[in-house]
Amino acid sequence: MFKIVAEPLRHEPLVEAVSAPGVGGVVTFAGNVRLYSRGKRVSYLDYEAYPEMAEKYLRQIGDEIRKRWDIDRVAIVHRIGHLEIGETSVIIAVGSPHRKEAFEACHYAIDRLKEIVPIWKKEVWEDGEVWIGLEPDSYDRAAPGDSPFSASEAAR
Amino acid sequence: MRVTVRLFAAYREMVGASRVEVDMPEGAPVGAVLADLVQRYPQLRAPAEATKFAVNQEYVDPSVPLRDGDEVVLLPPVSGGR
Repeated sequence: MFKIVAEPLRHEPLVEAVSAPGVGGVVTFAGNVRLYSRGKRVSYLDYEAYPEMAEKYLRQIGDEIRKRWDIDRVAIVHRIGHLEIGETSVIIAVGSPHRKEAFEACHYAIDRLKEIVPIWKKEVWEDGEVWIGLEPDSYDRAAPGDSPFSASEAAR
Repeated sequence: MRVTVRLFAAYREMVGASRVEVDMPEGAPVGAVLADLVQRYPQLRAPAEATKFAVNQEYVDPSVPLRDGDEVVLLPPVSGGR
């Protein structure tokens, strides 16, 4: 189960999807909207996805987990749209015969999701907003001369 | 070759549209699409170096040549949380 949805998330369908007679351990992760971020009090978050590519890369995470841990019971559902404090933006469930691999694979899944899945979140607070990843002090800068855009550095 | 570029999140807001059209010679590298849009929308200049490129829903290097009918997306940087 690898989905992007726009409604509130529930654990039960994911737990059901990864449960089976051979599964001795089910590990779940829930990512929730936190009240404070980078010293600011958050009003709400807006999540946006490139939906077709996001689902494709959620599925790719499942493939990577299968290759690395021989686990094929993985479910990842990410919610998009307006989320209030405390709401759940993502649930991951992993089922495997033994718990060690389930914990490892679930941890891997959320780290990997943050790296490769095209989902963005906008943090909105009382007096402003920012898309996470584009905070003014956070650009991943290439070395000068590495890219065709290094002229933009010289221009500033 | 007319290329339709889909935009999301911060780039969608900066350009004011979720789709924009760009004229490119056949075989132009996908990076040239970003260069073109940076000229037209200077707000894209600051995050440009952190942009990733997707053609037909796969990540590609900016040097990859475009073909007629490709779906191109300029992806703003994502960020991890901890």
